Amino acid sequence: MKAKAKVTDGVSARRLGFGFWLAAGWVLFITLAALLAPLLPLTDPTDVGVGGPRLSPSGDWLFGTDALGRDVFSRTIHGARVSLAVGGFAIGFGMIFGGGLGMLAGFFRGRVDHVIGFAFFVLLSFPALVLAILITATLERSLLVVSFTLGILAIAPVGRLARAATLVYAEREFVAAARVLGARSGRIMVRELLPNVAIPMGALTLLGMAVTVVAEGALAFLGLSVAGDEAISWGKMIVDGSGVRDLQQSPHVAMFPIATMFSTVLALNFVGDRIREYFDVRELAF
Amino acid sequence: MKTIETPRSLLEVRDLQVRFPTSRGTVHALDKVSFDLRPGQALGIVGESGSGKSVTARTLMNLLPRTAQVSGEVLYEGKDVRALAAAGAKHFWGVEMTMVFQDPMTSLNPVKKVGEQIAETLRYHLGRGRRDAWAEATELLGQVGIPEPAQRVTQYPHELSGGLRQRVVIAMALACRPRLLIADEPTTAVDVTVQKHLLDLLDRLRAEREMAMILITHDLGVAKGRTDDVAVMYGGRIVELADTVSLFSDMRHPYTEALMRSIPRIDDPSHHRLDPIPGRPPGLMEPPQRCTFAARCRYARPDCLEAVPELGGMVGLHRFSCNHPVGTERGRAALATNRAAGINATGLPMTETIEEVG
Repeated sequence: MKAKAKVTDGVSARRLGFGFWLAAGWVLFITLAALLAPLLPLTDPTDVGVGGPRLSPSGDWLFGTDALGRDVFSRTIHGARVSLAVGGFAIGFGMIFGGGLGMLAGFFRGRVDHVIGFAFFVLLSFPALVLAILITATLERSLLVVSFTLGILAIAPVGRLARAATLVYAEREFVAAARVLGARSGRIMVRELLPNVAIPMGALTLLGMAVTVVAEGALAFLGLSVAGDEAISWGKMIVDGSGVRDLQQSPHVAMFPIATMFSTVLALNFVGDRIREYFDVRELAF
Repeated sequence: MKTIETPRSLLEVRDLQVRFPTSRGTVHALDKVSFDLRPGQALGIVGESGSGKSVTARTLMNLLPRTAQVSGEVLYEGKDVRALAAAGAKHFWGVEMTMVFQDPMTSLNPVKKVGEQIAETLRYHLGRGRRDAWAEATELLGQVGIPEPAQRVTQYPHELSGGLRQRVVIAMALACRPRLLIADEPTTAVDVTVQKHLLDLLDRLRAEREMAMILITHDLGVAKGRTDDVAVMYGGRIVELADTVSLFSDMRHPYTEALMRSIPRIDDPSHHRLDPIPGRPPGLMEPPQRCTFAARCRYARPDCLEAVPELGGMVGLHRFSCNHPVGTERGRAALATNRAAGINATGLPMTETIEEVG
């Protein structure tokens, strides 16, 4: 028993590879930093003039300071909070609604499928940015509203994946087997199909988070990311540092959040992709 | 009227008819299927692919796609099964009636431990606690002959062989002690060596639990010795229904005879040519106007082409739907006439049909 477990672990480690663990480690590191940011010995990220404006990176100011003299290092760490929270909430929202609708469509087929499928088409054909602008421009731009906005955009792609996965598994005999053992539709969806559908969905979660983190950056450029000076995000930091003068005199102000966002998105994609490969869900339309 | 007290039937199937509307026309999958099942009785349903065996099982279990048009009655202890299902009888499927599927590779959920899958049913229907259900699941695995059940119970389906998986499926089906089990080709997807073990297991459990069983198979040999009665299906109809002993000794329908002849026998000389049945199974796109087996039958006479022969005889007796039954005067006469003509009534050359038993 023990020997067998070891062999299986060996196989999984070999298949996932060193790159996977590096990327997963980075994602974990950023997530922990974001969670623990208030507890870490960092300067106040909103404190103006802690070290003078546009200081280059040095031993005192690891990432330098921005035009208002705020600590870029501290801001990058704190920025992870909003960026990752938006990414996480948005994709969570998309998973719950998209996943739920997709499973309903794939399980009941017929008219339910037509209605939900049509709704997905509408969502997909609606220009994403216009929808995002519409919502963020009319509602108060809180963390939840911004997450919700990006989450709506995730519904259709997530839903289609969930539908495809459900279609595959709903045809399997174990669903009929559950039925002849007395399970009804709701129970079958939750107990039999969800655990199977959750695997490709889980892999998509990370890929979706990567997309959402970038999308938040795009909203920030339009001034439509989470409102308020306290709400620091990588997108907003990049915007802060991308004036012509900033780029000429202090490129580090934009570069550090860009580099962090880039590596995080890269790592999320990489991890998500390897998990997808690992669970061998190639038959599903991504 | 009734003079003989017959034991009350567990299951009565009356004039079951199933049609599937498709884009290319209506498929007449089942036609006038009727049979009875007493408590504890084992019925074999035998037939080739497309004969309607599995559709029968799925109709009984209410598993047909919603597009299917079903008429006729399925009565479980006198109550209509489909009405029961519609009324939402929570503890009917799995507790009274359940089914084992053909392919153990797909009939277990790949992401759940086998113990969990069995325990879930116990908790749902019998209200067992988590720990009790788990212990009972382990015990059930032991009962179906799985070695080291305590270890197996925590494993996932992919860690088990096909034979073991089918045993798990059987354990799952039997968890709530159903009174009727439908086994749809339970041994077709496993190794030949495992087949006998599984069949013996089903046999033993059936006897122990006084459970009725419908054993669906394409292999007459599987039904022999393990069933009380056998229904032979062809083209969506039951063509012969008899107790197993009479069916094997005095088969009446030419199709049954042809099936028997196509089974290799241990006492055949080596390299003996098997007797295949000429032609193909009938298409089911149109309602039959004549005996569906006529085109492949060496007994077929012109009267076979006029109407579909009814399933004659009394309920409970040897019933068959044939105008020229095997082993009767009419059958011998039909055979002699066809031999003399060289072809049967549909023009099938007699040389392609099976020869007389030497």
